[in-house]
Amino acid sequence: MDELDRAIVDRLQTGFPVCERPFLEAARMLGTTEEELLARIERLLRDGTLTRFGPLFQIERMGGTFTLAAMSVPEAHFEQTVAAVNALPEVAHNYAREHALNMWFVLATETADDARDAVRRIEARTGLPVMMLPKEREYFVGLSLASLR
Amino acid sequence: MNVDGLDSLDRRIVVALQVGLPLVPRPYDAVAESIGAAPDVVRQRIVAMQGDGRIRRIGAVPNHYRLGWIANGMSVWDVDDARVDELGGRVGALSEVTHCYLRPRRLPQWRYNLFAMVHGRDRGEVASKVAGIERVLGAAARAHDVLFSTRILKKTGVRIGAAPPEGRRAGDAGPAAGPIHRPARAGSAQG
Repeated sequence: MDELDRAIVDRLQTGFPVCERPFLEAARMLGTTEEELLARIERLLRDGTLTRFGPLFQIERMGGTFTLAAMSVPEAHFEQTVAAVNALPEVAHNYAREHALNMWFVLATETADDARDAVRRIEARTGLPVMMLPKEREYFVGLSLASLR
Repeated sequence: MNVDGLDSLDRRIVVALQVGLPLVPRPYDAVAESIGAAPDVVRQRIVAMQGDGRIRRIGAVPNHYRLGWIANGMSVWDVDDARVDELGGRVGALSEVTHCYLRPRRLPQWRYNLFAMVHGRDRGEVASKVAGIERVLGAAARAHDVLFSTRILKKTGVRIGAAPPEGRRAGDAGPAAGPIHRPARAGSAQG
């Protein structure tokens, strides 16, 4: 990553403009051109530095829920289980972790019933129990992490 | 305070934007065109969704590993219920904690109720941040653990359907195939 890549990653995590030419406005702030900024974002998405560029939705403010869920997946079936869990659009993200409970994912659903339905489908498909840990309170959520040098 | 769901135009905007902003000079116009709405109305709706928190932020969503945050620890704590709200607020206020939540215990297999995410350049940095949390919690934390992530398996974010929940039929049977994992024998199901 060069200086411009870092500036894009660090300074465009929040506050992207909502106007007719937002990339032009952001490019001016970063001291580059609209065309260059679009090309850079496309490359950062392609090489995996960015997972997405756009709005982050808070489904709870739409009446929905975020539910953390954990599974203990036998190593022999790990990849198959990943594919089965990730196939559900309700699974917003999923991480492998070092623990007996080795798969941790978040279900983003419009209703609490939808989260339970998703869990039932995962349990039926994988043959493994899912531990649901819905958020009871949110003490803090940070907005961004800067790139390290 | 919850906002009461989404009207049909908001829903079409969310569905169009949840995969990401179109990478074109006039992205909001492109979204407006794709859903058959006026560009200025679409922008007003997006601003309104930012205002009431349905949109948390708009911009770059990085892969933390690629930014150098190699060690990602989910620290989990068994904290006295009577004190967890006060202490959760103090842990969340630590600059090194990026997310902090209260969740239910699932006894006997899961005793932890307070979750605090910490990121570092390496596991040593995470360990020193976890020690900082431990100092805040003191004797109110009866036990803790740190679960390091080894791989991002998915990170797509929210994906809602084009139809509202009441318009969908619950109970999609899914694939007809049997379960991936079948315990070898009844009574020996431990992993």
